[in-house]
Amino acid sequence: MTISIDPQKTNNESLQPKGWLRYFSFSLDHKVIGIQYLVCGFLFYLIGGTLASAIRIELASPMSDFMPRDVYNQVLTLHGTIMIFLWIVPVVNGAFGNYLIPFYVGARDMAFPRLNAVAFWLIPPSGLMLVASYFVEGAAQAGWTAYPPLSITTPQSGQIIWILSVLLLGGSSIFGGINFIATIIKLRRPGLKLMQLPMYCWAMLGTSLLVVLSTPVLAGTLILLSFDIIANTGFFNPVLGGNVVVYQHLFWFYSHPAVYIMVLPAFGLVSEILPVHARKPLFGYTTMVFSIMGIVVLGLVVWAHHMFTSGTPPWMRLFFTIATAFIAVPTGIKFFNWVATLWGGKISINSAMLFSCGFIINFVFGGITGVALAQVPFDIHVHDTYFVVAHFHYIVYGGTVFIIFSSIYHWFPKVTGKMLNEKLGILHFIITFIGFNLCFAPQHWLGLNGMPRRVAEYDPQFQFVNQISSLGALLMAISTIPFLINVFLSVRNGKDAGDNPWNALTPEWLTSSPPPVENWEGEAPLVEEPYGYGKEISEIK
Amino acid sequence: MTTLDSSKEIQKNNSEVNETHEDFRMFGLITFLIADGMTFAGFFAAYLTYKAVNPLPDGAIYELELPIPTLNTILLLVSSATFHKAGKALLKDKNSDSQKWLFITAFLGIIFLICQLFEYFHLPFGLTDNLFASTFYALTGFHGLHVTLGTLMILIIAWQSRIKGGRLTSQNMFPLEAVELYWHFVDGIWVILFIILYLL
Repeated sequence: MTISIDPQKTNNESLQPKGWLRYFSFSLDHKVIGIQYLVCGFLFYLIGGTLASAIRIELASPMSDFMPRDVYNQVLTLHGTIMIFLWIVPVVNGAFGNYLIPFYVGARDMAFPRLNAVAFWLIPPSGLMLVASYFVEGAAQAGWTAYPPLSITTPQSGQIIWILSVLLLGGSSIFGGINFIATIIKLRRPGLKLMQLPMYCWAMLGTSLLVVLSTPVLAGTLILLSFDIIANTGFFNPVLGGNVVVYQHLFWFYSHPAVYIMVLPAFGLVSEILPVHARKPLFGYTTMVFSIMGIVVLGLVVWAHHMFTSGTPPWMRLFFTIATAFIAVPTGIKFFNWVATLWGGKISINSAMLFSCGFIINFVFGGITGVALAQVPFDIHVHDTYFVVAHFHYIVYGGTVFIIFSSIYHWFPKVTGKMLNEKLGILHFIITFIGFNLCFAPQHWLGLNGMPRRVAEYDPQFQFVNQISSLGALLMAISTIPFLINVFLSVRNGKDAGDNPWNALTPEWLTSSPPPVENWEGEAPLVEEPYGYGKEISEIK
Repeated sequence: MTTLDSSKEIQKNNSEVNETHEDFRMFGLITFLIADGMTFAGFFAAYLTYKAVNPLPDGAIYELELPIPTLNTILLLVSSATFHKAGKALLKDKNSDSQKWLFITAFLGIIFLICQLFEYFHLPFGLTDNLFASTFYALTGFHGLHVTLGTLMILIIAWQSRIKGGRLTSQNMFPLEAVELYWHFVDGIWVILFIILYLL
């Protein structure tokens, strides 16, 4: 059915606030919502980062002298939850997805703009709830995984607020996922084929499929967990005949795909950034698409590799080891495609490119330790040690957060019409890259030598390496300063960017910067070759 | 700033551009129902795992009787058919017929909920008695919540279809089609739930 509309009805231009105020309104414009996601996520990133600094200060000495042990557990729980559910997931999906996807499919907005605004406005209140849960009697201290029986035996009021907050954030995520799937599948400009879409669309399609298929399972699990806490049922309480391993299965059925929900969009974004700054077409477009879909399918059947020490039977260990190792294949294909995209290109060394290259380096390292962790004998040795912490942060910080910064440098001119300062950007990259590797590389060694994670105290023999790691964390904290200065200075006094400072070919650059409401004056352009670099302009349709 | 609603044509800055797009609200609803179905899938998986690995402790009572749930299954299946009749009637612009069938459907939904409550009050176990009792109440309760929401939505669209040319007409079937799809989904979940909880 096609819908025809009375134009009078939709014209409520005068009702919407203008200028900065619209970022605090229930705006339906996908670009405003994208920026709302990004800024909101970044504020929570600063909170989560402060908590991370507190953790590293505590770990600079073997005794728990900076904060009591239970406070340490609460801080690490809050750090993990904020970083995952309020920074990474909303920013790589919500912020860049909302800003870019309508451009890429040649649409004027997302498929369901009102649902989109609802999805965003769920985040600030649930984020505040999450932060507030720290201040009630008995904050959550069972880690972001909230494993029972710890989560149901420790003081519970904070844990309940934690659960409600994560449920709301999950709902926001599902609404966003539905919106992305509908936009990419249904709202494409006439004449634009699926295989002509920029890679980020494919990444978001795969991510959204994972969101829609796995997030509801987490919601159900957390509902059962809250019953255990509030109503004294025994789903996950062994004392009442329940089964903790069932929780772990259900939890990881979401939370392993959640890793791909955090990293697949970053794969998409890096695939947009590299061709522009290397002036070469994206290498192996088709293989990239199939790799993303392969990762989506495999990502749903590998969850029990988090549970090799949870009494999993041998057949399960065998299956999940093999399935996990298989994920290295599509991921490796993508890695080599990025390297091949750079190969022989006219590479401009700017902040966006540096952060993307940093991503490639960090990610391959995190990927290799990931394959190692999939092997049962090795995993049993390093389970719940700092090796896992190092691996995870190499993927999520070294991977996704590097790409978030890279994307900010890349798309800042589009959003504001101003360039960011390159010198400060490169300084930001250098401090971040050194700080990050200094912080997390030594943790591999700590883990291999048996230092357990999530404990405030440790054996004094690990002190020196921990202090190196804390020094790295200090550098990471400092690295935020040039970035913030850069953003604030450039928004006010930055060099004018023009519409297309990078001479990029993807559709978002074919309109003015900042783009007009509804994205294009006149019809949306049909971009059949978003990566047609290295050709004469006349050759490109 | 303009509002862009999925149900509406895009409002133009530029008056020469004339764009329309197909209605994809149903597509969005189906995606949502897949997500909702995954919640149930998680619950079912948990229940089946419990059944496979967690023995019922000595002295614990977990017995279900078949008559009421069987009646409930029949009620929901019949209600799916009556809902379908309502859609057919609306398509032929017979608003009063459509409204009648919708009220019958909502009535069947309410009877279902009453039977469910009756069963709850007569079962020999409570929510926290044992693991299987808890799982039983969580599953049927979550499904009952869906039936309650569905019944409310049916009553709303029944009210909307009261006059010809009102909000719900043969030209604007979407509200009815959306609730109908949701209702069939809830019925389908019940059939699976009935098989897993009562028959297995």
